[in-house]
Amino acid sequence: MSFHFSGNSVSLNNVYIESVGTTAGLLEYQGPLGTYFDKYYLDHYHGNSSYEQAEIEMLSDAIFACLNKAKLKKDDIDLYFGGDLNNQLTACYYHACHLNKPFIGLYSACATMGLALANASILLENQNINKAMACTVSHNATAERQFRYPIEYGIQRKNTSTFTATGGCAVCLSSQKNKVRISSVTLGKVVDMNQYDANDMGRAMAPAAFDTYKQHMKDLNIDGTYYDLILTGDLSNYGKSIMEKLLKDDHQKYNQYNDCGCLLYNKDQNVYQGGSGPVCSALVSFGYIYKLMLEGKYKRVLILTTGALLNPVMTNQKLSIPCVCHGYALEVSE
Amino acid sequence: MNYIMSFLFCGFVCVIAQLIYEYTKLTPGHITCTFVVIGAFLDLFHFYDTLVKIFHAGALLPITSFGHSLMHGAMHMTEEYGVFGLAMGMFDLTAAGISSAILFAFFVAIIFKPRS
Repeated sequence: MSFHFSGNSVSLNNVYIESVGTTAGLLEYQGPLGTYFDKYYLDHYHGNSSYEQAEIEMLSDAIFACLNKAKLKKDDIDLYFGGDLNNQLTACYYHACHLNKPFIGLYSACATMGLALANASILLENQNINKAMACTVSHNATAERQFRYPIEYGIQRKNTSTFTATGGCAVCLSSQKNKVRISSVTLGKVVDMNQYDANDMGRAMAPAAFDTYKQHMKDLNIDGTYYDLILTGDLSNYGKSIMEKLLKDDHQKYNQYNDCGCLLYNKDQNVYQGGSGPVCSALVSFGYIYKLMLEGKYKRVLILTTGALLNPVMTNQKLSIPCVCHGYALEVSE
Repeated sequence: MNYIMSFLFCGFVCVIAQLIYEYTKLTPGHITCTFVVIGAFLDLFHFYDTLVKIFHAGALLPITSFGHSLMHGAMHMTEEYGVFGLAMGMFDLTAAGISSAILFAFFVAIIFKPRS
């Protein structure tokens, strides 16, 4: 069976979510969704000698939890897809040597989960493979060092900044029927709205999210009311209000809209404008929303993972920050 | 009175820095460098020395005083050795500060581990 893209989107009929595994840092655990995660850690190291090694362990624990729930072994997965925020996808590739299967490393900043799911889904839909795993991980301390300042530097954070979520998420996809399926994916275009501030990513990413939203609706010939809930990845408070404005100005109809970065933390937690990082949208959609869908609270949910393709070298050269957004729709299968 | 004057001046410098940080896109690196340069410039006609006389530690504590010390050291050596004194004396007065910063940073890094 082969199929074609309609626009930038693909409708899928036999991609099902078999199980998910989630791990979270302490702040994420103390947030409103804390009880939904499989495992949490008490500090940034949890027994490891560096942040990077702690990050690898979070990914390994998430994959382990995911495989355990599906009663699968590592070798049962045909292909692994995933990425993180570090240079050379450190956390993913250093764990991949324990997997004994090909690992396809992908980078789309905070939209990595959307890209990984899209790649896995397309191969599954084509029946090239039977089982795939999409995973992602991010760690606050490694990401801050990578993109802004090391946390040891103790910089005063700007009010517009977001907080990289700490945690790992692994999703096992299969072509065998299950309760929740991925009904479509939309790959986003890279857009550059001339944003230069690495401390204000939400505002930069909102136009990318809106672009992918419109593309998704156009390609599948539906409107926003088709979904019970539309979620953006990590636009945070500022970006969310811009997204709402863009939707309103364009007279888009939808039932409910929210942002994963705003859902992951409580208002009184000191995370500035909200959560970010690839694992932010993954934890919310697969830790929380997926479980609500199993309970039947939501039938169709569209998740737009947003990523700022920020490179500190290029921002130092005074170039603007391009952004991308990859969307996927979860649906309770009949 | 000295305490109040010190507090007011030091606080004033910090407020300016904070305002620049909040309302511009300049990073802390930009701001501290600018302040060092401003301090050095204020040492022209010994204006910064006057500030130190009035505000005491309040003027010596902010980073602007680092620029002032750089300038002082350099000028002092220039009087003795001519142009080469500029380079020779630049870090004379600030040497203690720089060395202790390196030394303490080293010991702190050995003993402590960043948490979050």
